[in-house]
Amino acid sequence: MNQTTSSPLQRGFWEATGGRRGIGAWIFSTDHKRIGLLYFYSTLLFFCVGALLGLALRLELFSPGADFFTPQQYNALFTLHGVVMIFLFIIPGIPAAFGNLVMPIQIGAEDVAFPRLNLLSWWLYAIGAILALTSLFTAGGAPDTGWTFYVPFSVRTTTNVSLATVAVFIIGFSGILTGLNFLVTIHRMRAPGMTWWRIPLFTWSLYATAWVQVLATPVLGITVLLIFAERIVGSGLFDPTRGGDPIMYQHLFWIYSHPAVYIMILPGMGVITDIIPVFARKPVFGYKAIAISSLAIAGAGSVVWAHHMTTSGMSDTAVLVFSLLTFLVAIPSAVKVFNWVATLYKGSISLDPPLLFALSFIFLFSIGGLTGLVLGAAATDVHVHDTYFVVGHFHFVMFGGTGFAYIAAMHYWLPKIYGRMYNRKAAVWGWALMTFGFIVLYMSMMIVGMEGMPRRYYDYLPKFTFWNQLSTIGSWILACGLIVIFVNIFRGLFRGKPAGDNPWGGASLEWQTSSPPPLENFDYEPEVTHGPYDFKRGCP
Amino acid sequence: MSEHGDKGHIVPYATLVIVWAALLTLTILTVAVSRIDLGILNIWAALGIACSKSVLVISFFMHMKYENRLFKLFLMIALITLATFIGFTFFDVMYR
Repeated sequence: MNQTTSSPLQRGFWEATGGRRGIGAWIFSTDHKRIGLLYFYSTLLFFCVGALLGLALRLELFSPGADFFTPQQYNALFTLHGVVMIFLFIIPGIPAAFGNLVMPIQIGAEDVAFPRLNLLSWWLYAIGAILALTSLFTAGGAPDTGWTFYVPFSVRTTTNVSLATVAVFIIGFSGILTGLNFLVTIHRMRAPGMTWWRIPLFTWSLYATAWVQVLATPVLGITVLLIFAERIVGSGLFDPTRGGDPIMYQHLFWIYSHPAVYIMILPGMGVITDIIPVFARKPVFGYKAIAISSLAIAGAGSVVWAHHMTTSGMSDTAVLVFSLLTFLVAIPSAVKVFNWVATLYKGSISLDPPLLFALSFIFLFSIGGLTGLVLGAAATDVHVHDTYFVVGHFHFVMFGGTGFAYIAAMHYWLPKIYGRMYNRKAAVWGWALMTFGFIVLYMSMMIVGMEGMPRRYYDYLPKFTFWNQLSTIGSWILACGLIVIFVNIFRGLFRGKPAGDNPWGGASLEWQTSSPPPLENFDYEPEVTHGPYDFKRGCP
Repeated sequence: MSEHGDKGHIVPYATLVIVWAALLTLTILTVAVSRIDLGILNIWAALGIACSKSVLVISFFMHMKYENRLFKLFLMIALITLATFIGFTFFDVMYR
């Protein structure tokens, strides 16, 4: 590809504004790369908001007693932290942002199958986000239910749960439309020669995720609508005095929200699977096993929801069955972890920033996954249910997994989109600070949880002080790492040296086009003759 | 997709009327069964009748009977998922 003297941000799709100027060239564009960047910056903004809320929570918990917030404010803070991080950052983060940016290029398509629907998805996401933020300042103020909106509290509280649930309903539709779009794109838009077994494993993970988005998200819509109905007309669906069933709410909520965990983690696993072979200079070990394990995780992960409800009062039979099913998810997850390690084995490893984040992912996700088995086993779950052990566990999986994968994806693919490279040494410093801070922050939570500290409490016994203070110090180290990472990467993307078309020596299609890619991704229709990890034939 | 557009299938009026009559009959059956105490079987009877009605609507009114296999496969995946969600909830509801 020719490298002209003009800035990378004046080339490729950056110069194709469709005749619009300013922000109009973005919010009305149907180009998947522009929509991907809209999602990227939106999710990144909400990640920063969620991180600040998390820092505020940790600050309050630095010492026992009241420090900075009232109990009601604390309840609102952790609810907002959960809603923002889950619905506005982690769920759309990788699939909608990096899926849009990279997936069509990876399969050799000009765009997604339904570009206008794609834009509508982002608009729905943005409208949902605005409504969620509006709920903080209107009616009864910020919701205080936690992100799970459990009844009966969510029905009785005077805070603005009604608007927040409407926001979640709309955001859910955004996910359904993106999933539908990706399914059709992967089925119908692949370039000649791009057979199912030549599809990059990131795209395979998006395919599995898209099925979960399409099949499970409608249940979330129904669930939040039922809360809305309870609050507005008092239908009594979850009120036992009127023949309702409060546990049924938990079933409905987790029928979506447990598969949602896989909407969050599967694309992250896909990112890691694409990064590792490139930096080990080896074809991925067990390509088909990894592709099938994505589908297996999506399938098995959809039928384990009630392990969140072990202590809810549901039947012992259900506790037993769902506990058993939970263990099944460990099998395809372990297939991936073993295959990543086997790919690294005897590889010619290049410790560049994307791989470092990927290695942290494997380490942190493995801890998160194994502690998940402690929670999945009913006998042990009874003891640690609703303690900080659970908070530590899901942050290891969601932040140590998906969060690290998101940042790995930034370091791996953004030089392709922007055509410029960041400072690699600063990125390594950022990675080291972030990983160290992360372990201090969340390992402390798991320990204090094992000692019996309950989650969502505003105050705690003095005996928990040490671990809470250590955890808060960890949050500061982690925040320093994030600042280094973001300053470095954006400085590099706007002012760095040209990255070239293939800075990492990748063999999949996104590395065969120019950086930044042209409007319809390729100057000619690509013809695929080899697999995505065939470095001998795919990387000149 | 070939079954759409230029090769669109037209369902005869007679078939539509028969399906409509069958749906009405099944609705009457739903009400009738709900008035007999069958214990836990009441739920299965209601779900069974509802499923039969859905099959008729999807097959004839929504033309799925005349669509290609891929569409049928996708629909089956959605329906099996829904059935699994509802069915697995009974591990709790039936054994409390």
